[in-house]
Parts: sequence; structure tokens; C-alpha cells
Amino acid sequence: MRIVHHPILGDETRVCNAIITVDGRQIPAIEGEPIAAALLAAGIKKFRETPKHNKPRGIFCAIGRCTDCVMIVDGIPNVRTCITPVRDGMIIKTQKGLGEWSEAR
Amino acid sequence: MKTTEMAIIGAGPAGLSCAVEAARAGAKVTVLDENLKPGGQLFKQIHKFFGSREHRAGTRGFRIGQQLLDETEKLGVEVLLNSTVYGLYEDRLIAYIKDGRDHTLKAEKIVIATGASENALAFPGCTLPGVMGAGAAQTMINVNRVLPGEKVVMVGSGNVGLIVSYQLMQAGADVVALIEAAPKIGGYGVHAAKIRRAGVPIFASTTIKEVLGEERVEGVITVELDEKWKQVNGTERQFEADTVCLAVGLSPLTELAWMAGCEFAFIPALGGHVPIHDRNMETTLPGIYVAGDVTGVEEASSAMEEGRLAGVAAAESLGYIDAQKAEELKKEIWGRLDALRTGPFGEGRRAAKFKQLSSRRLMA
Repeated sequence: MRIVHHPILGDETRVCNAIITVDGRQIPAIEGEPIAAALLAAGIKKFRETPKHNKPRGIFCAIGRCTDCVMIVDGIPNVRTCITPVRDGMIIKTQKGLGEWSEAR
Repeated sequence: MKTTEMAIIGAGPAGLSCAVEAARAGAKVTVLDENLKPGGQLFKQIHKFFGSREHRAGTRGFRIGQQLLDETEKLGVEVLLNSTVYGLYEDRLIAYIKDGRDHTLKAEKIVIATGASENALAFPGCTLPGVMGAGAAQTMINVNRVLPGEKVVMVGSGNVGLIVSYQLMQAGADVVALIEAAPKIGGYGVHAAKIRRAGVPIFASTTIKEVLGEERVEGVITVELDEKWKQVNGTERQFEADTVCLAVGLSPLTELAWMAGCEFAFIPALGGHVPIHDRNMETTLPGIYVAGDVTGVEEASSAMEEGRLAGVAAAESLGYIDAQKAEELKKEIWGRLDALRTGPFGEGRRAAKFKQLSSRRLMA
């Protein structure tokens, strides 16, 4: 959920100006915001599954350190979504295990 | 190969303050940071800083960040963003990746100001999406303006846990409980009072027994702890929650200092293994300095003072500040640092930093 009003930061002035596709579903996003922020705003919390036990993982550190939030972005696996900015038209997939390179690049 | 007089790794409060001091003295400074924007974690700190006026108390963190950026820009400091330093080699050679390509930078002086990262905590369900660092939630709400969830359980009552709880409420979330494993609140009473007044229940001597959910956090079961930190059966409480925030301390990001070969001391009060340094912030390796959380977890104001100290000392050894002037500047900075390390919360850090400084003398 996006924070529209804020007592310290004031009202949100940015508008969604990009569309990204996550596992085939189109979601609105703001160009330049971290992919992870756009996903959270759309209610998506599971970003990948672990290699051995297929357990769900999501955002943990949000500053590019822990790598829990990696996904397949435009065909490239293991992209840290918390520090990778949104570009219009990005294709994002929930990563299974170590992920695979795809031709969608 | 690119060369510079002084390379600073990390564009957070310590690194930028260091850059400002050194550049003001006339040194050629290059700052490297892996992020797309400089400022480190300052821009998520929307609360007013504490301390005295000379520490810019009463000014909100993100405004201090903006002032630092303006100063670095005015002084013409080179800031290389999106540049991940992965190696420190002999003769002060820095290796980094920018735009998918490998680069090297040779510097006469290097300042490691890489900061710290949040600790995790193990309990059943701790890996479920929705369990995150309190700082992560803070980044999401204050920088990205997205709520990580609507009902939050905060774990840890240090200043991070208390302040982020309040900020989550400012952002529109409901903090359903704040729990603390120790018998009493860890952070400042003024912050705890603020969130109590806002209606957040605080449970001391309490930890997480289990987080419920298959694909995401759906609830939290807490349990009380006895004086031996053992869980007490029958004291469980259940909370409906979609988010668990962990404010259970930070660990210095010391990889580069280890790789360079700096000597370390183990000081739990500073976050574990920390590089040993002298009163100039110089490590056991000549020409390699440290500043900020990497050399012991404190807070942004101390990080900025340590950065200034390293900046003055490095500029002095490069010949840009004469010994007498440098001594004056360092004395002023140490005065402010000592002032930040006073009171019931600061004394422990002061003692720990003294131990760290003494480690070098013991080794010598």
C-alpha cells in the first residue's frame, strides 16, 4: 500500500508512470523506485523460493545486503530488487532456486 | 588506472563528512558507493536528531543528509555511485564494479566507511515474507513511501525499535505490540513514552515463540521469558499481524577491512569484531582509516564526527593541514565525540571505544 499522506514528508507528489509485468500480471509502478517497493505496493510479498525446500522469501534488509529479495528481471536471475530501479516494461518473475537465464532479455 | 589522493568507501554520514573535511582542506577526494544515491541511511531518518546544537540536534536526519550532499557538491568532491567496491589490495589499490565493468582506483589514503547491516533473529517462521529488519521497514515507508504491512509486531526496544514503531504509525500502520526480551526497555524513555501514549502495548521479558503462516506472515505467538531467558509455558499471547520487524542490533560491515589485513578487536558492545584504530581513526595499516558504524555501531551523529576526524587526519598526513591546525581541529571533534558518548546510554559506548583504542597500544 502506498503512503499518500504523511505528517512529516507531506503528500505524495509522484504518480505511477510505468507498468511492470510480474509473473504475467501487470502492475503500476513509479519509474526509478526500487522494484521491491512497487511489488510491496501491489501487495506482493513473496519474491522467490529457496533451492532445496521451495520455501518463500521476501524483503529482509531492503538495502542490497542480504539478497533475500532476488528475482528474475528481464531474463537475468539473482537481481536484487530492493536496489534495482523500475523501468517501464520490465518483465519480472518469481525466482525458483538459483533461477535461470532466459531468452526474454 | 585511475588515481586519487583520498578514496572514501561509502557515501553515508561518515564518508560524506570525511569527504567534506578533506576536500575543504584541499585534498583530491573520490567517494565510492554501491547505491544509486548518496546519503547512506540518513534519508530514511525523518526524526529529529538528539544531542546538542552543535550536533544539529532538532534537525531531521534527511535534512542533515541534504546539507551534507550540498556541501560535497559545492566542494567538487567526486562521488562515484553505483560503484561496488569488492577488493582492497596491496599498495592501496581498490577494485570496484560499475555498470557491469571492472575498474581499479589507486589512492594514497583510503577511508573505509561502509556502515553496518541489521541482525537477524532465529525463531520458527523467521524466514517468512513479512519478517524484515526494522531498518528495512523504515526504508520502505520513509524513502519509498510504501507500507510493508498494516499490522506490525516490533521486536526490540532499543532506539531503532522505538523510533521505527512511531514512524510506522506516522505512515499509517498499526503497531500491535512491541516486545523486548530483556526485563526493561532498551532505548530512551522519551521515545518509549511517545509510543505508549499512542497506545502501543510494550511487553518486556518477552520473545517470539513462533510466526504463523505458510506463504507470508499471518500471526505471531509471543512467550514470556524467566530470569534465565527460558520460555515460560502458559504465557503465550497471540497477535494478528502481517509484518514482524526485527530491531535486534546491527553488525559492522567489515569485509573490506578484513581483506585489507587490518587488525581487529572483539568488542560485543560495538557489534562484534571491529577494526582497531588510533585517535586519528587510522587502522593498524598505515594510510587506511575507518569511520562510522564499520568501526563500532553507534549512531549517525558519532559517525559524522568520526568521518570528520578521519578527514582531518588524512588531509594532515597528505600535507594539506599543518600539525598545529590539525591538532586544534581534532581536539574540537574529540570534544564533540566525547559529549555524544556520555550519559547512561553513551557511557557504555565510550568505555567500549576506549577499549578499542587501547587494543592498538596493547599490540604495539
